Amino acid sequence: MAFFQMTSLVMKWIFRKPVTSRYPFEPRVPLAGSRGKLVFTDGNCVYCTACAKKCPANALIVSRDKKTMEIDRLRCISCGYCVDVCPKKSFSLGEAHSSPVTTKSSELQIHKSGNEETGAPKAAEGNSTSAPK
Amino acid sequence: MARTIIPFGPQHPVLPEPVHLDLVVEDEKVVEARPSIGFIHRGLEKLAEKKDYVEFVYVAERICGICSFIHGQSYCQAIETIMNVTVPPRALYLRTVWGELSRIHSHLLWLGLLADAMGFESLFMHSWRVRERVLNIIEATTGGRVIFGSCKIGGVRRDIDPAMITHIQSEMKTIEKEMREITTVFMNDRSVKSRLCGVGVLTKQEAYELGCVGPMLRASGVAQDMRKLGYAAYKDIPVEPITRTEGDSYARCAVRSEELFQSVDIIRQALERIPDGEIAVKVTGNPNGETIMRTEQPRGEVAYCVKATGSKNLQRFRVRTPTFANLPAMLKVLQGCDLADVPVLVLTIDPCISCTER
Ligand code: SF4
Ligand code: SF4
Repeated sequence: MAFFQMTSLVMKWIFRKPVTSRYPFEPRVPLAGSRGKLVFTDGNCVYCTACAKKCPANALIVSRDKKTMEIDRLRCISCGYCVDVCPKKSFSLGEAHSSPVTTKSSELQIHKSGNEETGAPKAAEGNSTSAPK
Repeated sequence: MARTIIPFGPQHPVLPEPVHLDLVVEDEKVVEARPSIGFIHRGLEKLAEKKDYVEFVYVAERICGICSFIHGQSYCQAIETIMNVTVPPRALYLRTVWGELSRIHSHLLWLGLLADAMGFESLFMHSWRVRERVLNIIEATTGGRVIFGSCKIGGVRRDIDPAMITHIQSEMKTIEKEMREITTVFMNDRSVKSRLCGVGVLTKQEAYELGCVGPMLRASGVAQDMRKLGYAAYKDIPVEPITRTEGDSYARCAVRSEELFQSVDIIRQALERIPDGEIAVKVTGNPNGETIMRTEQPRGEVAYCVKATGSKNLQRFRVRTPTFANLPAMLKVLQGCDLADVPVLVLTIDPCISCTER
């Protein structure tokens, strides 16, 4: 009987724990191998600009003179292409996703040797290879 | 009876996609449907002239959020044909596995939306519950849930290790069992049947002449499936198109339900027979030539036309997506239907407007 097929499906699940999670209270843990936020380790980087040339979303601005790397988090699509092309293995993809932002101004992160600053966007200068929007 | 025009969409509770229809109705009967599309044109074809042909894989994947992998795969296959690249067999098998996983998740999504369109909310939730398992496999193997990003020219970007293969095989058993429970309801439940049986009948002749593709065509009795061309691993894993003869909405639902199990079977065979070896070959140089690539997406046949002239940007890139091919048939079945059946009929072609408009 067709009617009882749906009923049995419903009865089977009605006494179980819901499969949905209580999201804001229980944040979702990304699975191992998930492509999340791009992580930059600037110790190895030689500022060769290979990553910025290849990035399909133009999310990277590398300045060879100033030795800076700017990652536009709102542009990055976490494709991992820069991870593949970097000769120094300076990039890796973390599993967790970038946190949401409310303003566009904090999207550019400027990395300098040894410390990371988050600040106002900087205009592309001199030797940078990809134009900001 | 005077005719009235009722606008339907682009924002409508049952429509996941922005298509606009002007429904000319007489009483409760639709006499004509006039579509207008173009709400989400993004100019992706033009972008091929700006992006490097290797980077363009990422754009091709974003043509559609549901068939994303097969779009990327078709694009890579087209470039590989132009450049005479031989893809390693392991990569071909991996592409097949991901392609079929995306078919399962697309069909489960569609079944859920169909249930939602006819107001069967609990069935909708159950379909998407099973789909979540498939998405988790996809996330664990490719890193993305919707945009896989795992296909590249010359092969694939990630391998599936033996432990993962075992995990997928065991998950497939659970998924198959759970899908069986759901599709039984779709196939036998009285309320589902009363919304689908005999609604929007398209004869074999009409379906063929209107140029339908995919499940829409197969539900009318034409055994056409691009996987029979033998791309990727389908040359080793034969695929028999699933057909029905009724040509109504119920038949389309039945074809998609059966294709779920066919896909599970293909994944199982592919994982058992997957050869060892490289997953990608290095591709150098620029493409020069022109080709047409046809592949089978969850929604039907997609045709890619790629023209390259030896520079790193393509000269012309064109996609004929399955929904575009199915739109004339949708307008045909809408003629003479009840106004209340419009949501179901629009859904039975599995419309993907974002890829139609690119
Ligand atoms: S490719 Fe690597 S080494 Fe070169 S600039 Fe980018 S991160 Fe630095
Ligand atoms: S992950 Fe992709 S989009 Fe993000 S910076 Fe790297 S290459 Fe660009």
